[in-house]
Amino acid sequence: MKPAGRLALVVCLFAVTCFAGAPVPATTSPNEDLEQLAAVTGHYGGRLVIGEKAEPKTLNPVTATDAVSREVIGRINADLIEINRASQQTEPALAKSWKVSKDGRTFTLHLRKGIRFSDGHPFDADDVLFSFAVYLDEAIGSPQRDLLIIDGKAPAITKLDQNTVQFVLPRPYAAAERLFDGFAMLPKHVLETPYREGKFDQVWALNTPADQVVGLGPFRVKQYVPGQRLIVERNPYYWKVDHENQRLPYLDELAFLFVGAEDSQVMRFEAGETDVISRMGVENYSLLQRDASRLGVQLADLGPSLEYNFLVFNLNDLSGKKLDGVARKQAWFGNLKFRQAVSMAVDRESLVKLVYGARGTALWGNVGPGNQRWVNTAIPHPQKSLETARQLLKSAGFAWNNSGQLVDASGAPVEFTIISSSSNAQRMKMATLVQDDLSHLGMQVHVVPLEFRAMLDRIFQSFDYDAAIMGLGGGDADPNPEMNVWLSNGSSHLWHLGESQAATQWENEIDRLMQQQMVTLDYQKRKQLYDRVQQMIAENLPFIFLATPDVLVGAKTQVGNFHPAVLDPYTLWNADELYIRGTEKAAIR
Amino acid sequence: MRKRAMWILLGSLGLLHLAIIFAGFLAPYDPAAQNREFPYAAPSRLDFVGGNRPHFRPFVCVPELSDEHCVQYPMHFFVHGSEYRILGLLRSNLHLFGVEEPGRVFLLGTDSFGRDEFSRLVYGGQISLAAGLVATFLALLAATVIGILSGYYGGWMDESLMGWAELFLALPWLYFLLVIRALLPLHASPPATFLLLTAVIGVIGWARPARLIRGIVLSARSREYVTAARGFGGSDFYLLRRHVLPQTLGVLLTQAALLVPQYVAAEVTLSFFGLGVSEPMPSWGNMMSVLQQYGVLVSYSWLLAPAIALVVTSVMYWLLADTIRYWIQSQ
Repeated sequence: MKPAGRLALVVCLFAVTCFAGAPVPATTSPNEDLEQLAAVTGHYGGRLVIGEKAEPKTLNPVTATDAVSREVIGRINADLIEINRASQQTEPALAKSWKVSKDGRTFTLHLRKGIRFSDGHPFDADDVLFSFAVYLDEAIGSPQRDLLIIDGKAPAITKLDQNTVQFVLPRPYAAAERLFDGFAMLPKHVLETPYREGKFDQVWALNTPADQVVGLGPFRVKQYVPGQRLIVERNPYYWKVDHENQRLPYLDELAFLFVGAEDSQVMRFEAGETDVISRMGVENYSLLQRDASRLGVQLADLGPSLEYNFLVFNLNDLSGKKLDGVARKQAWFGNLKFRQAVSMAVDRESLVKLVYGARGTALWGNVGPGNQRWVNTAIPHPQKSLETARQLLKSAGFAWNNSGQLVDASGAPVEFTIISSSSNAQRMKMATLVQDDLSHLGMQVHVVPLEFRAMLDRIFQSFDYDAAIMGLGGGDADPNPEMNVWLSNGSSHLWHLGESQAATQWENEIDRLMQQQMVTLDYQKRKQLYDRVQQMIAENLPFIFLATPDVLVGAKTQVGNFHPAVLDPYTLWNADELYIRGTEKAAIR
Repeated sequence: MRKRAMWILLGSLGLLHLAIIFAGFLAPYDPAAQNREFPYAAPSRLDFVGGNRPHFRPFVCVPELSDEHCVQYPMHFFVHGSEYRILGLLRSNLHLFGVEEPGRVFLLGTDSFGRDEFSRLVYGGQISLAAGLVATFLALLAATVIGILSGYYGGWMDESLMGWAELFLALPWLYFLLVIRALLPLHASPPATFLLLTAVIGVIGWARPARLIRGIVLSARSREYVTAARGFGGSDFYLLRRHVLPQTLGVLLTQAALLVPQYVAAEVTLSFFGLGVSEPMPSWGNMMSVLQQYGVLVSYSWLLAPAIALVVTSVMYWLLADTIRYWIQSQ
């Protein structure tokens, strides 16, 4: 070929590469068992840009632990059963239907037929078996493995035919359906070889060529630029269609920009560089709200989140540790009336107003009103009363000296420290407010900000602290993810870690109730059991519950089908339905 | 002219420090007192018109919580309010100004807890300025001793001391401060925290002035009058006190004027990151830590008052240093 011809060819190839549009959705065929979202309408085109606080660490769904990785992985993979974040209920996904045996142990899942991975390879029961073999492999060490182990045993998984898989659990498990959400189905044709070679933990690192990262999600990897962005493009074989039988997703691309902390995300959103902002604090929300129409954004206060913030006192067994100062104070902390007095002295209304700008809800238990399915509305909500608090302290043997300081029965002034994460401005504020509230009871409280890992080290390892303000929850509405908090031997049983058995009668009762609700299949009966758990927690106050923030999100007004939810991922859970208004004729924005 | 400027600057700084010492008198409220119904309140509007006629006494306009109207409260002077101590010794409850309850006067607005920014600014200046002054004293004391020993005796003493000086100069001081602070007890009482903070800042900062003083001592010890005095039997102590130390005075004064704002900024930095004095005690640093949040930074400009105070104080000290240097050169 002459040089001019070669040059022309190179230029043409370059132009095609640069200006090639996103993959066109594959034509649907009657052989495909597609899921139709009858209520969804939209049109193709556009790129949605979202800011992330950090880069993902991996695209491997089996080994990923950080939130950013899981957010990206969730867009390029799919599960057998998924939790609809809006309704908080399970829905068919890759499994179009399932049957549960009467004893609640056997789940028979019927897979959708004719479904293909993002590289066009068919999906079937072999991929399901392979996926769960990997998740359950102890050598891989997937953090999700523990979710599948019930009574120390893994479920037995068998292939009944090419599109039917059966799971037999060691015993009935109430939230078994919800377990499937978060277990991405893996392509056996791509990953079996590295798995057999023992290299599974190395697969799907960020530098993996895009065409080798294969999934069943609405998008597939297109481009990764270290330190800048990761772009995913439409999966042309995605198995959901809208009400007009148009294959989803509508978006050509989804771009994750690595912008840093929340403030940076807000600035980028304000500048129009990103289209969606997921979870922000009330100060930033108010800032955007003032200029919403000028910025062309829609903001949403979704109501109370599922997380709960609390004050926890150190009641750990300190024998063997040289923490005499803390041990002496445990005589106070371990007294229920002391904890009740602290709870009565906290002004939760002010806390919600000052910390969350009134976009939050006071809490007296571990389940807030955001979890409508499981909240126990009968738990009392006593308002702040210093008089009641003083009476409780008196009856517990405390008194006040001439300076107004609270002293215990031996005359020692009640003085302790509250630690909190210095990077969490809201919890630091809570600590300052609680400090002020307790000063009205004559308690001298010191607030010490600590770097997050340093704080976790004191709480989980050294036990060298008096009290802490922390937050938990938010993962799922179901009670079962909270097992490790409320069971006496749970890894997050923060006030008294490392118990092999319950230290108190009420903790013993909670253990029994939580174990029972875990295997109770009937919702009403399960609700009664969990109501009782919440009641006992509220009565015995292992945590002094404080408040929960509202979930505050935003998007440009051009983003259609924007239906954020209080469950993570708040704004991208329905990424396959999102579209950009005004891009009907544009392939890429 | 320069001498007059120096005295004016000294006088201004003196007034500033006097105001800080009498923070309790100037501040209308306890710095820790929370007014939870007034979070992030803007600075109070002062009116000099009340009842449709002008007054010399200003009125404070306090917005009603239920609507947009405000109620006028006359400002009173030399009022009795919350108790405080002057220099930690004398008790008093007399304040320069105030308004009757339930009115509130927030000259510089409030923070996120409804605490009066102006009160916290003057009280916070006690911590920040005192930290700067004490740390400067410690640093210059160490620098003088080390610089004189190093410059006067020379030899192995000079080499080892200046080696240490170079090491301290090479240290990334902020990280060093963070490490030291992290090694300190989880909680120390406010006085202990303050002393530890100033000691740490002072310990780190001796190296540069020590080298300057060493240079002057090296020059001074070889002067003819010093040699003559030594020849007449003058002891080392006599020579240092009578002939060498006075030569360092100018440098010490200039360095003091330069180091005070530096060390004030160091304390502010530590407190800004939550490593200095803890809540609810104010310092200019921890008052500004909330400004790390973008939404707060762009919405509540009055919270920048400590930054302005720091800048004004620093500029005054730098101008003083400049003036002192010029005055010494002219002698």
